[in-house]
Amino acid sequence: MIEKIRSALARVAAHGVLAVWALAATIPMLWALISAFKSNSDLFAAPWKLPSSWHFDNFVRAWSKADIGGYLMNTLIVVLSALALTMLLGAMAAYVLARFPFPGNRVIYYGFVAGMAFPLFLALVPLFFVVKNLGLLGTFPGLILVYTAYSLPFTVFFLTGFFRTLPAAVAEAAVLDGCSQEGVFFRVMLPMAKPGLISVGIFNFLSMWNQYLLPLVLNPDQHSYVLSQGLAALAVQQGYQSDWSALFAGMVIAALPVVAVYLALQKKVQTGLSVGLLK
Amino acid sequence: MRHGRLRIITLFLAAPLTLYGVLVASPLIQAFYISLTSWTGYTSAKPFAGLANYRRLLHDPAFWQALEHNALLLVAVPAITIVLGLLFASLLNVGARAGSVEGVRFSSLYQKSFFLPHILPVVITAVLWQFLYNPELGLINSLLDAAGLGSLKQTWLGDPQVALWSMAAILVWAGVGFYVILFSAAMQSIPKDLYEAADLDGANRLRTMLSITLPLLRETVQVAYVYLGIGALDAFTLFQVLQPDGGPNNSTNVVAQYLYQSAFDNGQFGYASAIGVVLCLLTLVLTAVTFGVSRRERIEF
Repeated sequence: MIEKIRSALARVAAHGVLAVWALAATIPMLWALISAFKSNSDLFAAPWKLPSSWHFDNFVRAWSKADIGGYLMNTLIVVLSALALTMLLGAMAAYVLARFPFPGNRVIYYGFVAGMAFPLFLALVPLFFVVKNLGLLGTFPGLILVYTAYSLPFTVFFLTGFFRTLPAAVAEAAVLDGCSQEGVFFRVMLPMAKPGLISVGIFNFLSMWNQYLLPLVLNPDQHSYVLSQGLAALAVQQGYQSDWSALFAGMVIAALPVVAVYLALQKKVQTGLSVGLLK
Repeated sequence: MRHGRLRIITLFLAAPLTLYGVLVASPLIQAFYISLTSWTGYTSAKPFAGLANYRRLLHDPAFWQALEHNALLLVAVPAITIVLGLLFASLLNVGARAGSVEGVRFSSLYQKSFFLPHILPVVITAVLWQFLYNPELGLINSLLDAAGLGSLKQTWLGDPQVALWSMAAILVWAGVGFYVILFSAAMQSIPKDLYEAADLDGANRLRTMLSITLPLLRETVQVAYVYLGIGALDAFTLFQVLQPDGGPNNSTNVVAQYLYQSAFDNGQFGYASAIGVVLCLLTLVLTAVTFGVSRRERIEF
Protein backbone atom coordinates (compact mmCIF):
# COMPACT_ATOMS: atom_id res chain seq x y z
CA MET A 1 0.00 0.00 0.00
CA ILE A 2 2.65 2.48 1.07
CA GLU A 3 4.72 1.31 -1.87
CA LYS A 4 1.83 2.11 -4.19
CA ILE A 5 1.29 5.60 -2.78
CA ARG A 6 4.98 6.35 -3.01
CA SER A 7 5.12 5.27 -6.61
CA ALA A 8 2.04 7.34 -7.45
CA LEU A 9 3.61 10.38 -5.76
CA ALA A 10 6.83 9.85 -7.67
CA ARG A 11 4.88 9.74 -10.91
CA VAL A 12 3.05 12.95 -10.11
CA ALA A 13 6.33 14.65 -9.22
CA ALA A 14 7.90 13.46 -12.47
CA HIS A 15 4.99 14.81 -14.48
CA GLY A 16 5.17 18.07 -12.56
CA VAL A 17 8.82 18.63 -13.45
CA LEU A 18 8.34 17.61 -17.07
CA ALA A 19 5.26 19.79 -17.48
CA VAL A 20 7.05 22.86 -16.10
CA TRP A 21 9.80 22.57 -18.68
CA ALA A 22 7.35 21.76 -21.47
CA LEU A 23 5.52 25.00 -20.63
CA ALA A 24 8.74 26.98 -20.36
CA ALA A 25 9.75 25.70 -23.78
CA THR A 26 6.48 26.30 -25.60
CA ILE A 27 4.77 29.28 -23.93
CA PRO A 28 7.23 31.89 -25.26
CA MET A 29 6.54 30.65 -28.79
CA LEU A 30 2.79 30.55 -28.31
CA TRP A 31 2.97 34.03 -26.83
CA ALA A 32 4.84 35.29 -29.90
CA LEU A 33 2.31 33.58 -32.16
CA ILE A 34 -0.64 35.20 -30.38
CA SER A 35 1.09 38.56 -30.12
CA ALA A 36 1.47 38.52 -33.90
CA PHE A 37 -2.29 39.04 -34.10
CA LYS A 38 -2.48 41.90 -31.61
CA SER A 39 -2.60 45.62 -32.16
CA ASN A 40 0.36 47.57 -30.82
CA SER A 41 -1.67 49.03 -27.97
CA ASP A 42 -2.99 45.57 -26.99
CA LEU A 43 0.57 44.33 -26.88
CA PHE A 44 1.54 46.71 -24.10
CA ALA A 45 -1.77 46.95 -22.26
CA ALA A 46 -2.45 43.22 -21.95
CA PRO A 47 0.61 41.09 -22.73
CA TRP A 48 -1.08 38.00 -21.23
CA LYS A 49 -4.52 38.26 -22.77
CA LEU A 50 -5.85 37.08 -26.10
CA PRO A 51 -6.12 39.84 -28.73
CA SER A 52 -9.22 42.02 -28.34
CA SER A 53 -9.54 41.80 -32.11
CA TRP A 54 -7.43 39.63 -34.43
CA HIS A 55 -5.18 41.73 -36.65
CA PHE A 56 -4.25 39.87 -39.79
CA ASP A 57 -3.00 43.15 -41.22
CA ASN A 58 0.14 42.71 -39.07
CA PHE A 59 1.16 39.97 -41.46
CA VAL A 60 0.47 42.13 -44.48
CA ARG A 61 2.63 44.91 -43.03
CA ALA A 62 5.41 42.47 -42.16
CA TRP A 63 5.24 40.82 -45.56
CA SER A 64 5.29 43.92 -47.75
CA LYS A 65 6.25 46.99 -45.76
CA ALA A 66 8.95 45.30 -43.69
CA ASP A 67 9.84 43.19 -46.75
CA ILE A 68 9.76 39.83 -44.96
CA GLY A 69 8.27 38.43 -48.17
CA GLY A 70 11.32 39.51 -50.13
CA TYR A 71 13.71 38.12 -47.51
CA LEU A 72 11.82 34.83 -47.53
CA MET A 73 12.20 34.57 -51.31
CA ASN A 74 15.94 35.38 -51.05
CA THR A 75 16.36 32.73 -48.37
CA LEU A 76 14.48 30.12 -50.39
CA ILE A 77 16.60 30.82 -53.48
CA VAL A 78 19.90 30.69 -51.58
CA VAL A 79 19.14 27.78 -49.26
CA LEU A 80 17.43 25.52 -51.80
CA SER A 81 20.12 26.07 -54.46
CA ALA A 82 22.91 25.56 -51.96
CA LEU A 83 21.21 22.47 -50.57
CA ALA A 84 20.78 20.91 -54.01
CA LEU A 85 24.37 21.70 -54.95
CA THR A 86 25.71 20.39 -51.63
CA MET A 87 23.85 17.12 -51.92
CA LEU A 88 24.90 16.59 -55.54
CA LEU A 89 28.59 17.49 -55.13
CA GLY A 90 28.83 15.90 -51.68
CA ALA A 91 27.33 12.62 -52.89
CA MET A 92 29.56 12.56 -55.96
CA ALA A 93 32.74 13.11 -53.98
CA ALA A 94 31.69 10.70 -51.24
CA TYR A 95 30.82 7.99 -53.76
CA VAL A 96 34.18 8.15 -55.49
CA LEU A 97 36.06 8.29 -52.18
CA ALA A 98 34.10 5.34 -50.78
CA ARG A 99 34.18 3.12 -53.84
CA PHE A 100 37.37 3.68 -55.80
CA PRO A 101 40.75 3.11 -54.18
CA PHE A 102 43.27 5.29 -56.02
CA PRO A 103 46.49 7.01 -54.99
CA GLY A 104 45.58 10.16 -53.08
CA ASN A 105 42.14 8.91 -52.08
CA ARG A 106 42.91 9.03 -48.35
CA VAL A 107 44.62 12.42 -48.63
CA ILE A 108 41.55 13.94 -50.27
CA TYR A 109 39.19 12.28 -47.79
CA TYR A 110 41.09 13.55 -44.76
CA GLY A 111 41.46 16.91 -46.44
CA PHE A 112 37.67 17.20 -46.49
CA VAL A 113 37.26 15.82 -42.98
CA ALA A 114 39.86 18.24 -41.57
CA GLY A 115 37.53 21.06 -42.58
CA MET A 116 35.18 20.02 -39.77
CA ALA A 117 37.80 20.60 -37.09
CA PHE A 118 38.24 24.32 -37.75
CA PRO A 119 35.74 26.95 -36.64
CA LEU A 120 34.29 29.07 -39.41
CA PHE A 121 35.68 32.13 -37.64
CA LEU A 122 39.23 31.17 -38.49
CA ALA A 123 38.47 31.39 -42.21
CA LEU A 124 36.27 34.48 -42.01
CA VAL A 125 38.72 37.27 -42.90
CA PRO A 126 40.44 35.54 -45.84
CA LEU A 127 37.08 34.21 -47.04
CA PHE A 128 35.72 37.73 -47.25
CA PHE A 129 38.58 38.76 -49.52
CA VAL A 130 38.47 35.59 -51.64
CA VAL A 131 34.78 36.15 -52.32
CA LYS A 132 35.39 39.85 -52.95
CA ASN A 133 38.22 39.16 -55.40
CA LEU A 134 36.04 36.68 -57.27
CA GLY A 135 33.53 39.50 -57.70
CA LEU A 136 30.92 37.49 -55.79
CA LEU A 137 30.47 39.74 -52.76
CA GLY A 138 26.81 40.56 -52.20
CA THR A 139 25.60 38.13 -54.86
CA PHE A 140 23.41 35.03 -54.53
CA PRO A 141 25.85 32.80 -56.47
CA GLY A 142 28.52 33.88 -53.98
CA LEU A 143 26.39 32.93 -50.97
CA ILE A 144 25.27 29.68 -52.60
CA LEU A 145 28.83 28.59 -53.39
CA VAL A 146 30.07 29.51 -49.90
CA TYR A 147 27.18 27.71 -48.14
CA THR A 148 27.90 24.68 -50.31
CA ALA A 149 31.64 24.71 -49.72
CA TYR A 150 31.21 24.87 -45.94
CA SER A 151 28.61 22.10 -45.92
CA LEU A 152 30.83 19.76 -47.95
CA PRO A 153 33.16 18.48 -45.19
CA PHE A 154 30.41 17.00 -43.06
CA THR A 155 28.34 15.86 -46.05
CA VAL A 156 31.32 14.08 -47.63
CA PHE A 157 32.31 12.56 -44.28
CA PHE A 158 28.82 11.26 -43.54
CA LEU A 159 27.99 10.01 -47.04
CA THR A 160 31.37 8.31 -47.52
CA GLY A 161 30.56 6.21 -44.48
CA PHE A 162 27.10 5.60 -45.84
CA PHE A 163 28.22 4.51 -49.33
CA ARG A 164 30.67 2.06 -47.77
CA THR A 165 27.81 0.23 -46.08
CA LEU A 166 25.95 -0.32 -49.36
CA PRO A 167 26.52 -3.69 -51.10
CA ALA A 168 28.93 -3.53 -54.05
CA ALA A 169 27.37 -6.43 -55.95
CA VAL A 170 24.50 -4.40 -57.45
CA ALA A 171 26.85 -1.77 -58.84
CA GLU A 172 29.19 -4.40 -60.29
CA ALA A 173 26.31 -6.20 -61.97
CA ALA A 174 25.12 -2.95 -63.54
CA VAL A 175 28.62 -2.26 -64.93
CA LEU A 176 28.76 -5.77 -66.40
CA ASP A 177 25.41 -5.07 -68.05
CA GLY A 178 27.07 -2.18 -69.87
CA CYS A 179 25.94 0.68 -67.65
CA SER A 180 28.46 3.53 -67.46
CA GLN A 181 30.04 4.37 -64.11
CA GLU A 182 28.11 7.62 -63.99
CA GLY A 183 24.91 5.78 -64.85
CA VAL A 184 25.51 3.38 -61.97
CA PHE A 185 25.88 6.30 -59.60
CA PHE A 186 22.75 8.17 -60.66
CA ARG A 187 20.46 5.21 -61.33
CA VAL A 188 21.61 2.60 -58.82
CA MET A 189 23.64 4.05 -55.97
CA LEU A 190 21.86 7.37 -55.33
CA PRO A 191 18.44 5.73 -54.89
CA MET A 192 19.99 3.19 -52.52
CA ALA A 193 21.57 5.97 -50.47
CA LYS A 194 18.27 7.78 -49.95
CA PRO A 195 18.03 7.34 -46.14
CA GLY A 196 21.52 8.78 -45.68
CA LEU A 197 20.83 11.61 -48.10
CA ILE A 198 17.67 12.55 -46.19
CA SER A 199 19.39 12.66 -42.80
CA VAL A 200 22.28 14.79 -43.95
CA GLY A 201 19.95 16.84 -46.17
CA ILE A 202 17.75 17.83 -43.23
CA PHE A 203 20.80 18.68 -41.18
CA ASN A 204 22.16 20.88 -43.98
CA PHE A 205 18.80 22.53 -44.62
CA LEU A 206 18.41 23.59 -40.99
CA SER A 207 21.96 24.86 -40.64
CA MET A 208 21.73 26.83 -43.88
CA TRP A 209 18.35 28.31 -42.91
CA ASN A 210 19.91 29.22 -39.57
CA GLN A 211 23.04 30.79 -41.06
CA TYR A 212 23.68 34.37 -39.94
CA LEU A 213 27.43 34.96 -39.83
CA LEU A 214 28.11 34.21 -43.51
CA PRO A 215 25.41 36.48 -44.94
CA LEU A 216 26.30 39.17 -42.40
CA VAL A 217 29.83 39.31 -43.82
CA LEU A 218 29.23 38.39 -47.46
CA ASN A 219 25.80 39.84 -48.23
CA PRO A 220 25.75 43.53 -47.22
CA ASP A 221 23.02 44.81 -49.59
CA GLN A 222 19.67 45.18 -47.81
CA HIS A 223 17.67 44.12 -50.88
CA SER A 224 19.32 40.73 -50.99
CA TYR A 225 19.16 40.06 -47.23
CA VAL A 226 18.21 36.57 -46.17
CA LEU A 227 15.60 36.11 -43.43
CA SER A 228 18.04 35.96 -40.52
CA GLN A 229 19.59 39.28 -41.56
CA GLY A 230 16.24 40.87 -42.35
CA LEU A 231 14.75 39.87 -39.03
CA ALA A 232 17.74 41.10 -37.03
CA ALA A 233 17.63 44.42 -38.87
CA LEU A 234 13.88 44.61 -38.37
CA ALA A 235 14.24 44.06 -34.63
CA VAL A 236 16.41 47.16 -34.41
CA GLN A 237 14.34 49.20 -36.84
CA GLN A 238 10.90 48.40 -35.39
CA GLY A 239 12.20 49.58 -32.06
CA TYR A 240 12.27 53.08 -33.50
CA GLN A 241 8.98 52.80 -35.33
CA SER A 242 7.28 51.00 -32.40
CA ASP A 243 5.55 48.64 -34.80
CA TRP A 244 6.15 45.63 -32.61
CA SER A 245 3.20 43.63 -33.82
CA ALA A 246 4.57 43.57 -37.38
CA LEU A 247 7.83 42.27 -35.98
CA PHE A 248 6.00 39.44 -34.21
CA ALA A 249 4.23 38.62 -37.45
CA GLY A 250 7.58 38.64 -39.25
CA MET A 251 9.00 36.21 -36.71
CA VAL A 252 6.09 33.86 -37.23
CA ILE A 253 6.55 33.93 -41.00
CA ALA A 254 10.27 33.29 -40.65
CA ALA A 255 9.83 30.43 -38.18
CA LEU A 256 7.01 28.72 -40.05
CA PRO A 257 9.01 26.78 -42.68
CA VAL A 258 11.36 25.32 -40.10
CA VAL A 259 8.66 24.41 -37.60
CA ALA A 260 6.60 22.90 -40.42
CA VAL A 261 9.52 20.74 -41.55
CA TYR A 262 9.99 19.62 -37.97
CA LEU A 263 6.37 18.77 -37.27
CA ALA A 264 6.03 16.92 -40.56
CA LEU A 265 9.26 14.93 -40.27
CA GLN A 266 9.80 14.87 -36.52
CA LYS A 267 11.71 11.59 -36.26
CA LYS A 268 13.78 12.31 -39.34
CA VAL A 269 14.68 15.77 -38.10
CA GLN A 270 15.81 14.35 -34.79
CA THR A 271 18.02 11.79 -36.50
CA GLY A 272 19.13 14.43 -38.98
CA LEU A 273 20.29 16.70 -36.18
CA SER A 274 21.83 13.85 -34.20
CA VAL A 275 24.08 12.93 -37.12
CA GLY A 276 25.55 16.40 -36.61
CA LEU A 277 27.08 15.12 -33.39
CA LEU A 278 29.41 12.95 -35.44
CA LYS A 279 31.28 16.10 -36.33
CA MET B 1 35.21 -2.53 -62.99
CA ARG B 2 38.17 -0.70 -64.55
CA HIS B 3 36.06 0.67 -67.36
CA GLY B 4 35.50 4.40 -66.96
CA ARG B 5 37.13 4.56 -63.54
CA LEU B 6 39.57 7.33 -64.19
CA ARG B 7 36.88 9.38 -65.86
CA ILE B 8 34.40 9.15 -63.01
CA ILE B 9 37.09 9.85 -60.41
CA THR B 10 38.17 13.08 -62.12
CA LEU B 11 34.66 14.07 -63.13
CA PHE B 12 33.12 13.58 -59.68
CA LEU B 13 35.94 15.12 -57.68
CA ALA B 14 36.78 18.15 -59.82
CA ALA B 15 33.94 20.47 -58.78
CA PRO B 16 33.73 19.61 -55.04
CA LEU B 17 37.52 19.79 -54.67
CA THR B 18 37.77 23.14 -56.47
CA LEU B 19 34.99 24.64 -54.38
CA TYR B 20 36.42 23.28 -51.16
CA GLY B 21 39.96 24.28 -52.04
CA VAL B 22 39.13 27.86 -53.02
CA LEU B 23 36.53 28.72 -50.39
CA VAL B 24 37.48 26.58 -47.37
CA ALA B 25 41.02 25.19 -47.46
CA SER B 26 42.76 28.24 -48.88
CA PRO B 27 41.12 30.76 -46.49
CA LEU B 28 41.93 28.52 -43.53
CA ILE B 29 45.59 28.36 -44.52
CA GLN B 30 45.76 32.08 -45.37
CA ALA B 31 44.36 32.91 -41.93
CA PHE B 32 47.53 31.64 -40.25
CA TYR B 33 49.70 33.80 -42.45
CA ILE B 34 47.50 36.91 -42.20
CA SER B 35 47.64 36.59 -38.41
CA LEU B 36 51.37 37.29 -38.71
CA THR B 37 50.83 40.56 -40.57
CA SER B 38 49.55 44.03 -39.73
CA TRP B 39 47.26 43.98 -42.74
CA THR B 40 44.37 46.45 -42.80
CA GLY B 41 42.84 45.29 -46.07
CA TYR B 42 43.47 48.44 -48.10
CA THR B 43 46.75 47.34 -49.65
CA SER B 44 47.43 44.16 -51.56
CA ALA B 45 50.76 43.80 -49.75
CA LYS B 46 50.50 42.39 -46.27
CA PRO B 47 53.24 43.87 -44.06
CA PHE B 48 54.82 41.04 -42.09
CA ALA B 49 54.73 41.69 -38.36
CA GLY B 50 55.86 38.42 -36.83
CA LEU B 51 54.15 37.62 -33.58
CA ALA B 52 53.20 41.23 -32.86
CA ASN B 53 49.45 40.52 -33.06
CA TYR B 54 49.78 37.68 -30.58
CA ARG B 55 51.81 39.81 -28.18
CA ARG B 56 49.17 42.48 -28.43
CA LEU B 57 46.46 39.93 -27.65
CA LEU B 58 48.26 38.99 -24.45
CA HIS B 59 47.94 42.55 -23.19
CA ASP B 60 44.56 43.47 -24.62
CA PRO B 61 42.03 43.85 -21.78
CA ALA B 62 39.08 43.80 -24.20
CA PHE B 63 40.19 40.41 -25.50
CA TRP B 64 40.66 38.98 -22.01
CA GLN B 65 37.31 40.31 -20.93
CA ALA B 66 35.63 38.61 -23.90
CA LEU B 67 37.55 35.42 -23.24
CA GLU B 68 36.41 35.46 -19.62
CA HIS B 69 32.79 35.65 -20.78
CA ASN B 70 33.34 32.65 -23.03
CA ALA B 71 34.99 30.80 -20.16
CA LEU B 72 31.98 31.42 -17.92
CA LEU B 73 29.65 30.23 -20.66
CA LEU B 74 31.89 27.24 -21.26
CA VAL B 75 31.60 26.17 -17.63
CA ALA B 76 27.95 27.02 -16.98
CA VAL B 77 26.05 26.28 -20.18
CA PRO B 78 27.17 22.69 -20.87
CA ALA B 79 26.92 21.75 -17.19
CA ILE B 80 23.39 23.08 -16.68
CA THR B 81 22.17 21.82 -20.05
CA ILE B 82 23.54 18.33 -19.46
CA VAL B 83 22.18 18.09 -15.90
CA LEU B 84 18.71 19.20 -17.03
CA GLY B 85 18.89 16.95 -20.08
CA LEU B 86 19.79 13.93 -17.95
CA LEU B 87 17.10 14.76 -15.40
CA PHE B 88 14.32 15.06 -17.98
CA ALA B 89 15.51 12.07 -19.97
CA SER B 90 15.53 9.88 -16.88
CA LEU B 91 12.08 11.11 -15.84
CA LEU B 92 10.84 10.29 -19.32
CA ASN B 93 12.39 6.87 -19.58
CA VAL B 94 12.91 5.28 -16.24
CA GLY B 95 9.28 4.92 -15.17
CA ALA B 96 7.93 5.74 -11.78
CA ARG B 97 9.47 2.66 -10.24
CA ALA B 98 13.16 2.20 -9.90
CA GLY B 99 13.25 -1.18 -11.55
CA SER B 100 11.46 -0.54 -14.78
CA VAL B 101 12.49 1.12 -17.97
CA GLU B 102 9.30 2.35 -19.49
CA GLY B 103 8.17 5.60 -20.98
CA VAL B 104 5.86 7.79 -18.91
CA ARG B 105 2.54 8.87 -20.37
CA PHE B 106 2.66 11.80 -22.81
CA SER B 107 6.35 11.02 -23.30
CA SER B 108 6.31 11.94 -26.98
CA LEU B 109 4.36 15.14 -26.31
CA TYR B 110 6.95 16.21 -23.75
CA GLN B 111 9.79 15.41 -26.14
CA LYS B 112 8.16 17.38 -28.93
CA SER B 113 7.70 20.45 -26.73
CA PHE B 114 11.23 20.25 -25.37
CA PHE B 115 12.68 20.02 -28.85
CA LEU B 116 10.84 22.98 -30.40
CA PRO B 117 13.16 25.71 -29.04
CA HIS B 118 16.10 23.83 -30.54
CA ILE B 119 14.55 23.87 -33.98
CA LEU B 120 13.94 27.63 -33.92
CA PRO B 121 16.51 29.57 -35.97
CA VAL B 122 18.90 31.37 -33.60
CA VAL B 123 18.02 34.84 -34.87
CA ILE B 124 14.36 34.21 -34.09
CA THR B 125 15.30 32.90 -30.66
CA ALA B 126 17.24 36.10 -30.09
CA VAL B 127 14.41 38.42 -31.13
CA LEU B 128 11.91 36.35 -29.14
CA TRP B 129 13.98 36.67 -25.97
CA GLN B 130 14.46 40.35 -26.55
CA PHE B 131 10.72 40.54 -25.96
CA LEU B 132 10.60 38.07 -23.09
CA TYR B 133 13.27 40.09 -21.29
CA ASN B 134 11.73 43.45 -22.21
CA PRO B 135 11.28 45.39 -18.95
CA GLU B 136 7.84 46.78 -19.91
CA LEU B 137 5.97 44.35 -22.11
CA GLY B 138 8.15 41.30 -21.45
CA LEU B 139 6.68 38.04 -20.19
CA ILE B 140 9.30 37.45 -17.52
CA ASN B 141 8.84 40.63 -15.53
CA SER B 142 5.06 40.51 -15.83
CA LEU B 143 5.16 36.88 -14.68
CA LEU B 144 7.20 37.90 -11.64
CA ASP B 145 4.72 40.70 -10.94
CA ALA B 146 1.80 38.31 -11.20
CA ALA B 147 3.50 35.91 -8.79
CA GLY B 148 4.05 38.69 -6.28
CA LEU B 149 7.80 38.54 -6.83
CA GLY B 150 8.06 42.03 -8.24
CA SER B 151 11.25 42.62 -6.26
CA LEU B 152 13.05 40.08 -8.46
CA LYS B 153 12.36 42.08 -11.61
CA GLN B 154 15.46 43.03 -13.58
CA THR B 155 16.47 44.87 -16.68
CA TRP B 156 17.66 41.48 -17.85
CA LEU B 157 19.72 42.51 -20.85
CA GLY B 158 20.66 45.99 -19.68
CA ASP B 159 22.18 45.38 -16.27
CA PRO B 160 25.89 44.49 -16.52
CA GLN B 161 25.54 42.28 -13.43
CA VAL B 162 22.92 39.98 -14.93
CA ALA B 163 23.18 40.41 -18.71
CA LEU B 164 25.65 37.58 -19.30
CA TRP B 165 23.57 35.17 -17.24
CA SER B 166 20.43 36.20 -19.06
CA MET B 167 22.22 35.30 -22.28
CA ALA B 168 23.41 31.96 -20.87
CA ALA B 169 19.84 31.12 -19.88
CA ILE B 170 18.77 31.47 -23.52
CA LEU B 171 21.47 29.03 -24.62
CA VAL B 172 20.25 26.51 -22.04
CA TRP B 173 16.60 27.05 -22.98
CA ALA B 174 17.36 26.39 -26.63
CA GLY B 175 19.70 23.47 -26.05
CA VAL B 176 18.08 21.21 -23.47
CA GLY B 177 15.49 19.57 -25.75
CA PHE B 178 18.08 18.20 -28.12
CA TYR B 179 20.04 16.55 -25.31
CA VAL B 180 16.89 15.07 -23.78
CA ILE B 181 16.35 13.25 -27.08
CA LEU B 182 19.99 12.25 -27.27
CA PHE B 183 20.16 10.93 -23.71
CA SER B 184 16.76 9.24 -24.04
CA ALA B 185 17.99 7.26 -27.02
CA ALA B 186 21.12 6.25 -25.12
CA MET B 187 19.10 5.24 -22.03
CA GLN B 188 16.77 3.10 -24.08
CA SER B 189 19.71 1.09 -25.34
CA ILE B 190 20.65 0.07 -21.79
CA PRO B 191 19.47 -3.53 -21.20
CA LYS B 192 16.46 -3.77 -18.90
CA ASP B 193 17.86 -6.64 -16.85
CA LEU B 194 20.46 -4.28 -15.39
CA TYR B 195 17.61 -2.25 -13.88
CA GLU B 196 15.80 -5.36 -12.72
CA ALA B 197 18.93 -6.55 -10.98
CA ALA B 198 19.37 -3.16 -9.30
CA ASP B 199 15.75 -3.25 -8.18
CA LEU B 200 16.21 -6.72 -6.67
CA ASP B 201 19.25 -5.43 -4.84
CA GLY B 202 17.03 -2.73 -3.35
CA ALA B 203 18.61 0.22 -5.10
CA ASN B 204 16.48 3.37 -5.16
CA ARG B 205 16.10 5.64 -8.19
CA LEU B 206 18.95 7.95 -7.33
CA ARG B 207 21.28 5.04 -6.69
CA THR B 208 20.26 3.39 -9.97
CA MET B 209 20.85 6.62 -11.81
CA LEU B 210 24.31 7.14 -10.30
CA SER B 211 25.54 3.55 -10.47
CA ILE B 212 24.02 2.26 -13.67
CA THR B 213 22.64 4.90 -16.00
CA LEU B 214 25.34 7.55 -15.72
CA PRO B 215 28.39 5.28 -16.17
CA LEU B 216 26.79 3.72 -19.23
CA LEU B 217 25.99 7.15 -20.67
CA ARG B 218 29.52 8.38 -20.25
CA GLU B 219 30.45 8.60 -23.92
CA THR B 220 27.21 10.26 -24.91
CA VAL B 221 27.71 12.88 -22.21
CA GLN B 222 31.24 13.51 -23.45
CA VAL B 223 30.04 14.08 -26.98
CA ALA B 224 27.35 16.39 -25.63
CA TYR B 225 29.93 18.32 -23.63
CA VAL B 226 32.18 18.91 -26.62
CA TYR B 227 29.27 19.95 -28.80
CA LEU B 228 27.91 22.36 -26.18
CA GLY B 229 31.40 23.62 -25.41
CA ILE B 230 32.08 24.47 -29.05
CA GLY B 231 28.74 26.27 -29.06
CA ALA B 232 29.72 28.26 -25.96
CA LEU B 233 33.06 29.22 -27.54
CA ASP B 234 31.19 30.59 -30.53
CA ALA B 235 27.71 31.84 -29.53
CA PHE B 236 28.15 34.61 -32.08
CA THR B 237 24.69 34.84 -33.63
CA LEU B 238 22.72 35.07 -30.39
CA PHE B 239 25.06 37.65 -28.90
CA GLN B 240 25.44 39.69 -32.06
CA VAL B 241 21.69 40.03 -32.53
CA LEU B 242 20.81 40.69 -28.89
CA GLN B 243 23.87 42.65 -27.82
CA PRO B 244 25.45 43.99 -31.01
CA ASP B 245 27.68 46.41 -29.12
CA GLY B 246 28.88 43.86 -26.60
CA GLY B 247 26.18 44.58 -24.05
CA PRO B 248 26.11 47.12 -21.21
CA ASN B 249 29.73 48.07 -20.36
CA ASN B 250 30.88 45.32 -22.73
CA SER B 251 29.61 42.87 -20.11
CA THR B 252 28.53 40.30 -22.69
CA ASN B 253 31.12 40.70 -25.45
CA VAL B 254 32.40 37.31 -26.56
CA VAL B 255 35.58 36.48 -28.46
CA ALA B 256 33.79 35.80 -31.74
CA GLN B 257 32.18 39.24 -31.58
CA TYR B 258 35.51 40.85 -30.75
CA LEU B 259 36.99 39.14 -33.80
CA TYR B 260 34.13 40.43 -35.95
CA GLN B 261 34.48 43.96 -34.58
CA SER B 262 38.26 43.96 -35.06
CA ALA B 263 37.92 42.84 -38.66
CA PHE B 264 34.81 44.49 -40.02
CA ASP B 265 34.37 47.54 -37.77
CA ASN B 266 38.04 48.45 -37.25
CA GLY B 267 39.64 46.94 -40.34
CA GLN B 268 42.36 45.21 -38.34
CA PHE B 269 42.42 42.06 -40.41
CA GLY B 270 45.75 40.79 -39.18
CA TYR B 271 44.72 41.16 -35.56
CA ALA B 272 41.31 39.58 -36.22
CA SER B 273 43.02 36.59 -37.84
CA ALA B 274 45.20 36.14 -34.77
CA ILE B 275 42.03 36.04 -32.66
CA GLY B 276 40.68 33.42 -35.07
CA VAL B 277 43.77 31.27 -34.62
CA VAL B 278 43.44 31.47 -30.84
CA LEU B 279 39.74 30.60 -31.03
CA CYS B 280 40.59 27.63 -33.21
CA LEU B 281 43.26 26.42 -30.79
CA LEU B 282 40.82 26.70 -27.88
CA THR B 283 38.27 24.59 -29.76
CA LEU B 284 40.85 21.92 -30.52
CA VAL B 285 42.11 21.90 -26.93
CA LEU B 286 38.56 21.55 -25.61
CA THR B 287 37.93 18.53 -27.82
CA ALA B 288 41.27 16.91 -27.02
CA VAL B 289 40.89 17.45 -23.27
CA THR B 290 37.34 16.10 -23.11
CA PHE B 291 38.13 12.96 -25.05
CA GLY B 292 41.75 12.55 -24.00
CA VAL B 293 41.95 13.03 -20.24
CA SER B 294 38.78 11.14 -19.48
CA ARG B 295 39.60 8.16 -21.65
CA ARG B 296 38.80 5.07 -19.71
CA GLU B 297 37.97 1.53 -20.56
CA ARG B 298 34.79 1.30 -22.52
CA ILE B 299 31.97 -0.48 -20.79
CA GLU B 300 30.50 -3.05 -23.14
CA PHE B 301 26.91 -4.10 -22.77
